[in-house]
Amino acid sequence: MAYIAMATGFVLILIGLYGALTNRNILRMIVAFTVANTGVNLVMVAVGYLHGRTAPILDASVPVAEAAERIIDPVPQALVLTAIVIGVGVTALMLAYAYKLYESKRTLDISAFKDLKW
Amino acid sequence: MIRRLFVTLLLLGLAGVFAGLVVSYSPDETLNLSARYYAEHTAQDIGAANIVTAIIVTFRGLDTLGEVTVLFLTAAIVGLVLSHGRREGGGSGRELPPAGELLGTGTRLLVPLILLLGAHVFVNGHLTPGGGFQGGAILASAILLLLLTDPLRRISHRLITAIESTAGLVFVGIGVLGIVLAGGFLDNRILPIGNLGELFSAGAIPIIYSFIGLKVGAEFSSMLAHLSETEDL
Repeated sequence: MAYIAMATGFVLILIGLYGALTNRNILRMIVAFTVANTGVNLVMVAVGYLHGRTAPILDASVPVAEAAERIIDPVPQALVLTAIVIGVGVTALMLAYAYKLYESKRTLDISAFKDLKW
Repeated sequence: MIRRLFVTLLLLGLAGVFAGLVVSYSPDETLNLSARYYAEHTAQDIGAANIVTAIIVTFRGLDTLGEVTVLFLTAAIVGLVLSHGRREGGGSGRELPPAGELLGTGTRLLVPLILLLGAHVFVNGHLTPGGGFQGGAILASAILLLLLTDPLRRISHRLITAIESTAGLVFVGIGVLGIVLAGGFLDNRILPIGNLGELFSAGAIPIIYSFIGLKVGAEFSSMLAHLSETEDL
């Protein structure tokens, strides 16, 4: 199970990088980056998965005394929770810059922006 | 063409690295030391049923403060970048077609329910899967629905700023109260820990997480509002 999730995560990273490297349209590149971002999150959550255990929430099925034997690793989950939120912020920032780029050249084609190209 | 080839070769190399990682990965059988510490000490020290929440709000609360700051900076930069050089008055005078009956009625029905769900998610963050960040994102999705129905609708930035700065100040204020009344910055034991699994438990966590929820919701809403104000290009 952890392998499936982890392999899916890596595949998503590859798909995202492929999309970011081959597309010329800035919006498509942004979407590709979010796909890669999702892949990274999936891999991190998969690392915290332990076989046959349950979510790190103490309730009837996870008594406090047995918590350490019943739950999966909560740390990657906390990390990914924050990573998702930061990912949204980064995406919003990329979209804002894409808008500004469009405003300056009236195109979203990345090859039209040569100012920093050598 | 040569570019495609180069990209494909690069990704194949990366795929090889990833395959090596997956193949050599062996899942742990038991929790590592820090996770074990959190599992064993959350119930008695923090009193939160959701261990992830206990880590985010209390054990590593300072990181969360930093993260909220990052979000604030992002929202501020989006606002700065998008408002720079914008024509005053806004709107190109272009009439947009009406949103349609389905979207309009659906929005009126769903927005209060979505707001309620968002509040539920962040108030119960210490008991159930959920919390301030998720609840805040749900709140912002209600704003997104409003903007989808009427892209020219203007959300009050003054209101958003007021909510956001109040929530941020309360978050830091509760953290400082932790230094005065309890063990340290962002210590949740300034309020009684209560019984595990009840709504009024886990000390200050529900309060902190609710304000984080409001803050995150306000920040996302401000980003959405700024992005939607670019509609008139």
